[in-house]
Amino acid sequence: MQIAIASGKGGTGKTTVATNLAAYFSRTGMDVSLIDCDVEEPNAHFFLTPQWKDEKKETVPVPRIDHDKCLGEECRKCIELCRFNALIWMVDAVLEFPELCHGCGLCTIACPASAIEESTRSLGISRVGQKDSISLYSGLLRIGEAMAPPLIKKVKQRALTEHPAPDVRLIDCPPGATCPVVEALEGSDAAILVTEPTPFGLHDLRIAVELLRKMEVPFGVVINRAGMGDDRVHDYLKEENIALLGELPHSMEAASSYSEGKLLIEQVPGYEKVISQIAQNIQNMAKSTR
Amino acid sequence: MKQIVIISGKGGTGKTSITAALAGAGPHKVLADCDVDAADLHLILSPEINLKEKFHSGFTATIDLDKCIQCGQCREHCRFDAISPEFTVIREKCEGCGACEFVCPSEAATMQDRMCGYQFVSNTRFGTMVHAALGIGEENSGKLVTSVRREAKAIAEAEKAKFVLVDGSPGIGCPVIASLADIDICILVAEPTVSAIHDLKRVHELAGHFKTPCMCILNKCGINPALEQELEQYCAANSIVLLGKFQYDLDFTKAQLHRQTVVEYDPEKFGPIIDGIWNEINQYFRQMEE
Ligand code: SF4
Ligand code: SF4
Repeated sequence: MQIAIASGKGGTGKTTVATNLAAYFSRTGMDVSLIDCDVEEPNAHFFLTPQWKDEKKETVPVPRIDHDKCLGEECRKCIELCRFNALIWMVDAVLEFPELCHGCGLCTIACPASAIEESTRSLGISRVGQKDSISLYSGLLRIGEAMAPPLIKKVKQRALTEHPAPDVRLIDCPPGATCPVVEALEGSDAAILVTEPTPFGLHDLRIAVELLRKMEVPFGVVINRAGMGDDRVHDYLKEENIALLGELPHSMEAASSYSEGKLLIEQVPGYEKVISQIAQNIQNMAKSTR
Repeated sequence: MKQIVIISGKGGTGKTSITAALAGAGPHKVLADCDVDAADLHLILSPEINLKEKFHSGFTATIDLDKCIQCGQCREHCRFDAISPEFTVIREKCEGCGACEFVCPSEAATMQDRMCGYQFVSNTRFGTMVHAALGIGEENSGKLVTSVRREAKAIAEAEKAKFVLVDGSPGIGCPVIASLADIDICILVAEPTVSAIHDLKRVHELAGHFKTPCMCILNKCGINPALEQELEQYCAANSIVLLGKFQYDLDFTKAQLHRQTVVEYDPEKFGPIIDGIWNEINQYFRQMEE
């Protein structure tokens, strides 16, 4: 069973829900795999405090021109074809800009002189940690690296190969509704959208709902910090016939336990019940779609 | 004319509420919402749209099934798994590199301009604002950020505005990098939580790459005094000017519910803090000029 946890934007409590669910499933004796796909700002490990086991450098292929073989000025085929301006003609040679390269490989297959070899650009790292029966996979984008989706793909692939059949796989998606989220959502049986009962929360929820409907992943909503805003989100869920999976009440205690990187189900009375209810609801939803 | 960007590394720190409050005070400015992934500033500023333009960036492949001979070359060479077994292009995964077009023996694959969303120029009660809406599932585009900023800068020059105030994007990837380029000062909004501090350090490091001077606003003070102190020490140690502090306050949400900035919602409480921040900023630029 694969469950994605997403939200239209950051800061709504996505990681809170993902880590608490992981801990809850682990307590019930399940073998859990949690993939933190927010490689720009991975946070799940603060709450789960895993023992890191293995860290790997992750890279994308980029071209390296063999100037002895290159036909030079009259060819320039690779430069013409690269749509990302990663190759340019500089005075008397082809010059690579690896930072702009998407690693598509077109230049390599197009070069008539086989003058292009592949070298690599570092994306950052992927790592795996263990806490009880939870394996946590996460990535850390190198500072200055612009492209997060390739690293997300690597982290996810790594989790799928190293831990192919957990009882439950949870995917903590990056914020937003753009391509990295699409990458993270793929293959999920169901998704949880986390939102806040505020105008910002509702606005971003609508966008996330649109994305999930487009991707045809069944989903329900968790309202975090319930009670801090108004009823607009509730009204919207009713209108749109979207399942409310559970509500995590707003409290100062929850805010400060979050600030310290603590799990709500361990710290704040009453939250364990809500998390178990969310777990039940989403499992049912995932099962009914199989 | 000077450009100021407001970023936070992590979502949910109150960055947009603070940007809106800064927009409502201080000298003549043009606003740019570059949080294109989850643009929320318009929920408070209620812009009247004057200009709506389609935003194109990059390419997408299309495969003409009448011409396709199902040879599988495109699928084999596509490194992004963007071609389905039925030889249709999965838009969300297509990078627009053109490898399929290049290898296709029957000219069935061609590249088209990609419409990624819209860009707007609007009037608000605090001045002109440039903003955008990215299409669902589209690339979280640094190019759109660049385009919004270019437009805002041009308008600011034409209006002889003193500042461009940019609501930046979350994370450390492509959109933030585009938010940071050519900026005069970067304001970091921080909250005292373990994960936000971690993210703040990463984004501060990124700003360092661009040699952008950083300043800081602390939000949600009171939820964790120890971490608040850690933040202050971090700022002091890295010569980040502390511009101001906000207590953890439900008025941020209440203002949002009324589509108001916090200063409009409670001028007596928030007005002096925001004025103080503008004073510091003005003073900084005066000193720079001397
Ligand atoms: S395609 Fe090959 S031979 Fe032609 S310019 Fe590029 S590297 Fe040189
Ligand atoms: S691999 Fe693709 S993006 Fe990179 S240089 Fe070659 S053609 Fe350009």
